[in-house]
Amino acid sequence: MARRYLLEFEKPLVELEKQIEQIRELARDSEVDVSQQLLQLETLAAKRREEIFAALTPAQKIQVARHPHRPSTLDYIQMFCDDWIELHGDRSGSDDQALIGGVGRIGERSVLLIGHQKGRDTKENVARNFGMATPGGYRKALRLMDHADRFRLPIITLIDTPGAYAGLLAEEQGQGEAIAVNLREMFRLRVPIIATVIGEGGSGGALGIGVADRLLMFQHSVYTVASPEACASILWRDAAKAPEAAAALKITGQDLLTLGVVDEVLPEPAGGNNWAPLKAGEVLRKAIENHLDQLTSLPISKLRQQRYKKFRAMGRVLEQKNSGEGITA
Amino acid sequence: MPVSLFDWFADRRKGQFVGKVSQETDESDGLWGKCPECGQVVYRKDLQANASVCSNCGHHNRINSDERISLIADQNTFEATDTQLTPTDPLGFKDRRAYADRLRESQANTGLKDGVITGICRVESMPLALAVMDFRFMGGSMGSVVGEKITRLVEKATSDRLPLLIVCASGGARMQEGMLSLMQMAKISGALERHREAELLYMPLLTHPTTGGVTASFAMLGDLILAEPKALIGFAGRRVIEQTLREKLPDNFQTAEYLQEHGFVDTIVPRTRLRKTLATLLRLHGVKTVK
Repeated sequence: MARRYLLEFEKPLVELEKQIEQIRELARDSEVDVSQQLLQLETLAAKRREEIFAALTPAQKIQVARHPHRPSTLDYIQMFCDDWIELHGDRSGSDDQALIGGVGRIGERSVLLIGHQKGRDTKENVARNFGMATPGGYRKALRLMDHADRFRLPIITLIDTPGAYAGLLAEEQGQGEAIAVNLREMFRLRVPIIATVIGEGGSGGALGIGVADRLLMFQHSVYTVASPEACASILWRDAAKAPEAAAALKITGQDLLTLGVVDEVLPEPAGGNNWAPLKAGEVLRKAIENHLDQLTSLPISKLRQQRYKKFRAMGRVLEQKNSGEGITA
Repeated sequence: MPVSLFDWFADRRKGQFVGKVSQETDESDGLWGKCPECGQVVYRKDLQANASVCSNCGHHNRINSDERISLIADQNTFEATDTQLTPTDPLGFKDRRAYADRLRESQANTGLKDGVITGICRVESMPLALAVMDFRFMGGSMGSVVGEKITRLVEKATSDRLPLLIVCASGGARMQEGMLSLMQMAKISGALERHREAELLYMPLLTHPTTGGVTASFAMLGDLILAEPKALIGFAGRRVIEQTLREKLPDNFQTAEYLQEHGFVDTIVPRTRLRKTLATLLRLHGVKTVK
């Protein structure tokens, strides 16, 4: 097995993994039976890993969510789409590589898939702009969603972005407008929409493909209104306070389930989805099929009504009436 | 949105816009003031009579929500809606200070419950659903109350078949309410979709500054998009962009004029002509006068 890319808090596992590797090498060169020791060490390592991952702080979850080997949009598509054809272009002069889409089949269903795409290494990341989409990307996404609407294809979106691209050209081309129009138009669409935060959901850049009938999140994914780094430097006036900000902002699946933002949190193996990508693909495919089963049976008007109501209920305000105080969700 | 808020707070620290402008408009002591743009000394009453626009250079000083309403609505026609909504602290958020304390302080300083006033009014006897964001209240940031009040207004406008104007002034999302703040963008956009479906007129008026999450939602969803001269309008903060690009940005970058040049603003309306322009647009779109 290739050397794993270990995160800071996984360092306690380094020693164990080293020992395991040494014993393996030993076994390769000699006739000694080491299976018993190996099993013991591997069990121990698995247990430690489970302990570590059961107690991740929000700041650590961000690291898992940004792990370079975490399965990406194209990985998932490859894992669970039987047919897949990527479709390019916003029809206005650009084809964003950070936000991709196409048609494919999941089980018996034809679907439209859209997702942010990060790169695995620096070179890929430059080509993919680190998963930060331009206005053209959001307009391509909308063009494809309109296509899905015309041909009644359910829409699956996979969210994995640090945020929408902040640059001169992006402003010139109307980054705000592009995202805004997507938010509005996604309420209009007559097909089921399922959005899943597979990695990091960065603010408006995530929401731009995130208005959905169901919002799912993986266990170690995060969804933020502002990056904890930016939040810390604004509110704490100290970027080093990012871990505190990460905790205060309530960015984990569990937190967002409680706040009524997320519908389901998908489990990950100890070590995160990068540890068992095939398993992650299986979990996500099952969840998508399950939700599609529920949604495709709904009449269009009901579907759109429910989508509206879902977002309509978000937020917490205090409503002071003559008869006292009450909290509306 | 992280970036633009960052810039806003940074600018505020330097006293670039809040300090300067509020000194010019909010202090009632002293008969004379100095225009922060051209330095002209102006008689304060003249400035107020001119919608807080400098008669020398045309600089638009910041005004609060009450002043804005009185510039738009026919006298005594504005009826506020949902005044009973007040913010909560859904995350129990605390940075260097508790969100609850920041709220109390903003409420005490402004006399507002949160950052937007909504209601129904008349403009030259034509009905209008009107929301006015108030930048004094935590930078006009969008929390649950702002989102809920605007959504209710849009819904009322849809059911009562009214045209809608939202005066934007905001640094973006209210981080202290976390993801609930972000979701207000979607919520309002959903309500606007229904208003649009009903073939009713929606116009945002973008005032200084309109940035971040507000720009990425209702500010850019108008059938017609209006802006005040020289207002800062953008998605990301200037500094963040400069850091990524390492090149100089155009002088008029992210101004109302720049946005109009690039096709994102229909018309720039000097404040002194705001009411007339609104009335003309309403009339041209078939809005009837009511008694």
